[in-house]
Amino acid sequence: MSGIHDFTLASARDALKSRKISAVELTNAHIDAIERLDGQLNSFITRTPDQAREGAKVADEALAKGEGGRLCGIPLGIKDLFCTNGVRTTAASKILGNFVPPYESTVTANLLKDGAVFLGKLNLDEFAMGSANLNSAFGPAVNPWKRKDSDAKLVPGGSSGGSAAAVAAGLVLGATGTDTGGSIRQPAAFTGIAGIKPTYGRCSRFGTIAFASSLDQAGPMARNLQDCAILLESMAGFDPRDSTSVDTPVPNYEASLKRGVKGLRVGIPKEYHVEGMPAEIEALWQQGMNWLRDAGAEIVEVSLPHTKYGLPTYYIAALAEASSNLARYDGLRFGERVSAPSLDGLYEASRAAGFGEEVKRRILIGTHVLSSGYYDAYYLRAQKVRTLIQQDFLKAFENVDVLLTPTAPSGAFAQDEKPTDPVQMYLNDVFTVPASMAGVPALSVPAGLDARGVPLGLQLIGKFFDEETLIAAGHAIEQAAAFHHRPTIHAGVSA
Amino acid sequence: MSLDAKTVTRIARLARIGLKPEEVETLGQDMGSIIDWVEQLKEVDVTGIDPMIGTGLAKPRLREDAVTDGDCRDKVLSNAPEREGPFFTVPKVVE
Amino acid sequence: MSYRITGNTGEWEIVVGLEVHAQVVSEAKLFSGASAEYGGEPNTHVSLVDAGFPGMLPVLNQECVAQAVRTGLGLEAEINLFSRFDRKNYFYADLPTGYQISQFAHPIIGKGKVLVDLADGSTREIGVTRLHLEQDAGKSIHDQDPTRSFIDLNRAGVALMEIVSEPDIRSPEEAGAYLRKLRQILRYIGTCDGNMEEGSMRADVNVSVRKPGETDYRTRCEIKNVNSIRFVMMAIEVEAQRQIEIWEAGGTVDQETRLFDHVRSETRSLRSKEDAHDYRYFPDPDLLPLVIEQSWVDELKAALPELPEAKRARLEAEYGVSRYESSVLCVEQAIADFYETVARGADARLAANWMLGDFFAALNRTGRSIEDSPVSAEGLRELLGLISNSTINGKIAKEVLEDMVETGDSASVIVERKGLRQVTDTGAIESAIRDILAANNDKVEEYKSGKDKLFGFFVGQTMKAMKGKGNPALVNETLKKLLSE
Repeated sequence: MSGIHDFTLASARDALKSRKISAVELTNAHIDAIERLDGQLNSFITRTPDQAREGAKVADEALAKGEGGRLCGIPLGIKDLFCTNGVRTTAASKILGNFVPPYESTVTANLLKDGAVFLGKLNLDEFAMGSANLNSAFGPAVNPWKRKDSDAKLVPGGSSGGSAAAVAAGLVLGATGTDTGGSIRQPAAFTGIAGIKPTYGRCSRFGTIAFASSLDQAGPMARNLQDCAILLESMAGFDPRDSTSVDTPVPNYEASLKRGVKGLRVGIPKEYHVEGMPAEIEALWQQGMNWLRDAGAEIVEVSLPHTKYGLPTYYIAALAEASSNLARYDGLRFGERVSAPSLDGLYEASRAAGFGEEVKRRILIGTHVLSSGYYDAYYLRAQKVRTLIQQDFLKAFENVDVLLTPTAPSGAFAQDEKPTDPVQMYLNDVFTVPASMAGVPALSVPAGLDARGVPLGLQLIGKFFDEETLIAAGHAIEQAAAFHHRPTIHAGVSA
Repeated sequence: MSLDAKTVTRIARLARIGLKPEEVETLGQDMGSIIDWVEQLKEVDVTGIDPMIGTGLAKPRLREDAVTDGDCRDKVLSNAPEREGPFFTVPKVVE
Repeated sequence: MSYRITGNTGEWEIVVGLEVHAQVVSEAKLFSGASAEYGGEPNTHVSLVDAGFPGMLPVLNQECVAQAVRTGLGLEAEINLFSRFDRKNYFYADLPTGYQISQFAHPIIGKGKVLVDLADGSTREIGVTRLHLEQDAGKSIHDQDPTRSFIDLNRAGVALMEIVSEPDIRSPEEAGAYLRKLRQILRYIGTCDGNMEEGSMRADVNVSVRKPGETDYRTRCEIKNVNSIRFVMMAIEVEAQRQIEIWEAGGTVDQETRLFDHVRSETRSLRSKEDAHDYRYFPDPDLLPLVIEQSWVDELKAALPELPEAKRARLEAEYGVSRYESSVLCVEQAIADFYETVARGADARLAANWMLGDFFAALNRTGRSIEDSPVSAEGLRELLGLISNSTINGKIAKEVLEDMVETGDSASVIVERKGLRQVTDTGAIESAIRDILAANNDKVEEYKSGKDKLFGFFVGQTMKAMKGKGNPALVNETLKKLLSE
């Protein structure tokens, strides 16, 4: 069988170029799928079908003339953390109310310039704070996968949970995500798709709502790495409006798929064998090593001694920055305002009503670690430990080209299995956070299913700006894993 | 260890987040357990280590001194919850 | 002579440090491309960066950095090649992001100094602790509505230099002299227009008092946002008085922020602002550390204009003007330039005399500034030339200058038009004097019997008779001769 929902982004692109299919057809098929299935998934916060159809029409005109950018006519979903000109942007928070940005983020502007068609804004954890997409003011996004033995709703991971669910279910051909401590890689692993967190500074942060400025990085999420490579090539690039953007050319990422891994040195960080890790995750990891070895790579054990401090360091640094970044949501210039007779009363009421529980908790912790008398003990110390974490990676990369680890310590869990202790919840990010702290690129590829039929991912971590080697190694795993499973809820499956 | 109500209230006041009394208690517990957990960083020897500022990849860059932005009052005010003519408005601030 | 305030328990010394916020002269704001120009319709000089919209990011303006470095050079200060921007977190209606980007831990400029001249002719060195770059806030307007404040963000994000002095100031006079000198330096370099009415220069004043001889500082109070030099001087005086009264009554001064009310001539506590201050400074993760090259600093230094102290020294050496004259002539660069144009090709001492005297008086009278002076430097030079070559005397020259101001005619045209050329014909002078002496026989007798003071009377009468045109030296000489006959 080969229907419109079997297209990958790459094959759709080729079919559009050769006029086997029109952009309007492709877009309409996806709009239909969203209407059909998103009631169950809640992956969209805002749908923009009219705008999408309009964009598809324009794309068809360009394609008919043999013109159009590399994404001409490709329907995508946008994480609702990217500001989109004239389209409501919420960060999944009540506090932004009906905020309609009069500007476009650099990343989405790049995609539009290349001809992409936006189907709407995708669900996420409020302000990207979470690992299960349960912290959304618009309700949780739901994983299209189900366990073999249960109908329980599984989480799609977070914070880019809506992006992951929509891609996995075939509602979009690709999506943008953002990753602060694992928010692209962990949901990609939970939903059986691929996702790349590029090097910090690779994609502009301009126009993307900030969680933690020194960590936030946009990246692609799609069904495979070829699709991710195509998207990343469009999203990436220097932007003078972001002082942390790096001025280095964007390579042809798609071409790097074919590089292979012969002679590649793959590091296995011994500290990632954490206590209590499920056997099937260990087994999958071993499988990944075997696949890469069989493809010609050399497997080398390495040490990242400060790994165990990654999470606490991350939470101090990220929450401190977040407490300051979210101060602008005060009910004065945009977003929800709760009236009060005094200015301070207005601030306190608006922020109390506008922010969800987890966001409040994080703002308060971030405020605490920066406050007088605590700064040195927490924030300053954490930034020093962060230097040590980065040094661990730089040292390891003197000896190896990429690192291989599991993406997450478990597969997707059910909504009602969410740990009540916030620290337990944070442990989800244990493998993804260190690379974020160091600023190095990392990706997740689907590698298999766990015993209950839920997808698991493997993570590859690379050198600064060496996304190409990362993609090459990831593609070797993709080929060996031959992951062709589909979730229970999918556009290509008739209900 | 749970953070006491006074501390939670002071932090919430700094962050301008109004809390209900029952929230003060649960937040105190949550924050306390997170703070306890991050305490493990105290074991790390950071002697002589510089704090990380940025990832060290981008080169310092300065903008040319030219007026390239602004003059967009409609955009600036387009999302204002309350305004009066060309101004944002807030409850009167008494100096 | 040290400044002292006498209280009930004896004399007190005051200790003052100033934090001056000087608006940087630049086209665009510190971190956005919106105009930094003063004024404008409300909320028009505002970009979405300044208004703190989601996802907006700061990018540093190079010229603002250059202006800070130039100022640092003008204060003979350490230039820090590494500096950093921190966030100062607090909520206020005119602070859109909820934090001010400032330089807390690593300012761009370190220790420097300002030399100030005092009225008694002495000079003092006031230390500068640091100078850093930061953003201005917007403006809250409180008087337009009974229940609401209006917010205008035009100023939000404009670059400021905060220049912090050491607590070296010991009198209101020194505070005033420091501010005037600082403003003069900033104007010379062109880094701040120093216009206190438009708020482009404001001062926070830290005041404490102590007994002479005490080496430790007592608790200080900070008087926020004083916007004129006169008010700074007044505020110091009344605040010191207030503190002395507290100490003398056996109380203690609380460290706090206060406001100066010039109408009631008192300072008032701003306790509301004190409420739980905890700025939670941390490095702004949206910006990289600011690293500048020594070679760039050197280039900026080479391009600096001559600074006030150097200019004074040169004027004194080159033109022989006094220390006092050089201070007045160098208040503004334009005045010094004007002076030098006059002095080159005229009697330089005479030129200084005339500028400080009749010329400034004429400017004052007409309400003009040096830039739009009714008399050009060349015109004044011509007038002084006429004195030097004895075409007219000093007294007539005053009349000519007034005519120049009024008509715009040149000095020589006026002299010809009015026939003011001075009389150097000794015969005419002698005949005029003889007439005067003949008419005042009694006075001549008195003079001869020892009343020397009457000489001035005879000079006056003679000049009057000659309609002021007599050559003063010849008149004197001839009078002496005839009176001794």
